[in-house]
Amino acid sequence: MKYVLLFVEPEQYAKDLEAMDQADRDRAFMLAGQWFVENADKVKGGSKLRPPDTATTVRLDGADPVILDGPFVEGKEVVSGYAEVEADNLDDVLAMVKTWPGCPVVEIRPLES
Amino acid sequence: MSTAAGPNRGNGTGTPHAELASVVREHAGRLAAALMAVTGDFSTAEDLVQDAVVTALRRWPTEGIPDRPDAWLFTVARNRGLDVLRREANYRAKLAQLQWPAEPEPDERLRLIFTCCHPALSRPAQIALTLRVVCGLTTAQIARAFVTPETTVARRITRAKRKIADAGIPYRIPDPDELNARLGEVLAVIYLLLNEGYLSTAEKAQSRDLVDDAHWLATLLHQLMPTEPEVIGLLALIKLHRARTDARFDHDGELVLLQHQDRSRWDRDVIAEATQLLTQAARQRRPGPYQLQAAIVACHAEAKDWADTDWEQIVVLYDMLLHLAPSPITRVHRAIALRYTAGPQAALDELDTLGDALDGYHLFHATRADLLRALGQPYQARSADERALELTANPAEQALLQQRISWG
Repeated sequence: MKYVLLFVEPEQYAKDLEAMDQADRDRAFMLAGQWFVENADKVKGGSKLRPPDTATTVRLDGADPVILDGPFVEGKEVVSGYAEVEADNLDDVLAMVKTWPGCPVVEIRPLES
Repeated sequence: MSTAAGPNRGNGTGTPHAELASVVREHAGRLAAALMAVTGDFSTAEDLVQDAVVTALRRWPTEGIPDRPDAWLFTVARNRGLDVLRREANYRAKLAQLQWPAEPEPDERLRLIFTCCHPALSRPAQIALTLRVVCGLTTAQIARAFVTPETTVARRITRAKRKIADAGIPYRIPDPDELNARLGEVLAVIYLLLNEGYLSTAEKAQSRDLVDDAHWLATLLHQLMPTEPEVIGLLALIKLHRARTDARFDHDGELVLLQHQDRSRWDRDVIAEATQLLTQAARQRRPGPYQLQAAIVACHAEAKDWADTDWEQIVVLYDMLLHLAPSPITRVHRAIALRYTAGPQAALDELDTLGDALDGYHLFHATRADLLRALGQPYQARSADERALELTANPAEQALLQQRISWG
């Protein structure tokens, strides 16, 4: 089965990361990178996203499309990256996600196809 | 079996509902596991069993329970399955070959239980699925037991089954490294059934059957996983509660507190069984919250009377329990025991440190009232009782508090 992992960063996490010195921040990124290497058999793609202030939202529910600056929901928690994974079942994904060393929230969504 | 009061679980007339319920319980899970093995599809297997159970509960009360209820349920489920799966030749062929009795491997029913109690499902969904799939309750029966609209329960089950299929929740026994956490989910579901049934009152008598379901599930789990000490602990806890069922309500259906219960009405044989189980569990030296709770209840069950209770031991057990599972509510219970080892003032001091966390909890105020009365402060006691009364919706507890307020 195919799933997408949505990596979610609370505001505080992003601030903490920013407050770290360069060495600690490098270490945090290295741990995350290592995790992707360890799970390379399941990870089929994905990327970190640029911050929400770079987002552009288009609303199509009115008469004309409306283009807006920013993410579609303003929240204290933002999606900061995603990964596509393939695994036999949810338990395999859960086992893998439990060892994720980065941001403190991960949403797992099965793909339709 | 607690069949004395309340509307029938099976809407039967001729056959006592407890008998119907226990026959269904014995066979529904086995049938679900067997069908699951054939169809490989949780939702289909579950629907077929439910359909057979509903048919049985409609027909058995008037026709009588058949000699071979398992074969009867199987035939109904299989015929229905052949009908439903008409277009799926593969399942159909397998189902047609399936003969009864198809005694599933013990592991099959464990798989069923672990799937129903998967942590990716919400607790209410876990409870509803377990009752329906493993215990063979109908949606209507679950709704009555939890005083919830039937449509809500039906929606919950449909959604849970869809999630099992769409999110790829596997049908299997968890790996050893996750078994403990996953077993914890199953035990939590059974414990909630016990509580829901145990705390129910005369007005909610249909919920009391949930204690039967909890007992049956814990017994099954114990058979399937005989060496798990926390499973034994929970089974012992359930037995200890059941041993005292008859003494918990008086002739008018009013709640009788432990302190005032007629201990000659406790079932000594069941209490002995439970303490034996606890000894067996303790040999493994893997204590856990259910073993400790059962040990505390066992201290009460073995005492001649309230005064004879080994309060020192109970306080020690509460300390261990708080170490494993910190909870302000457990601390209230510890304070009640502390009164008999360290005196009412010490207990009140301990209790008053919990005021912020527990201001909305009726037992906190009722316990304070008791202690204040023991310390000769009747006016403060009375206002604490009044606060407790505002906070409980349980009619039996309300009656008791009302009595204290008018006598105090």
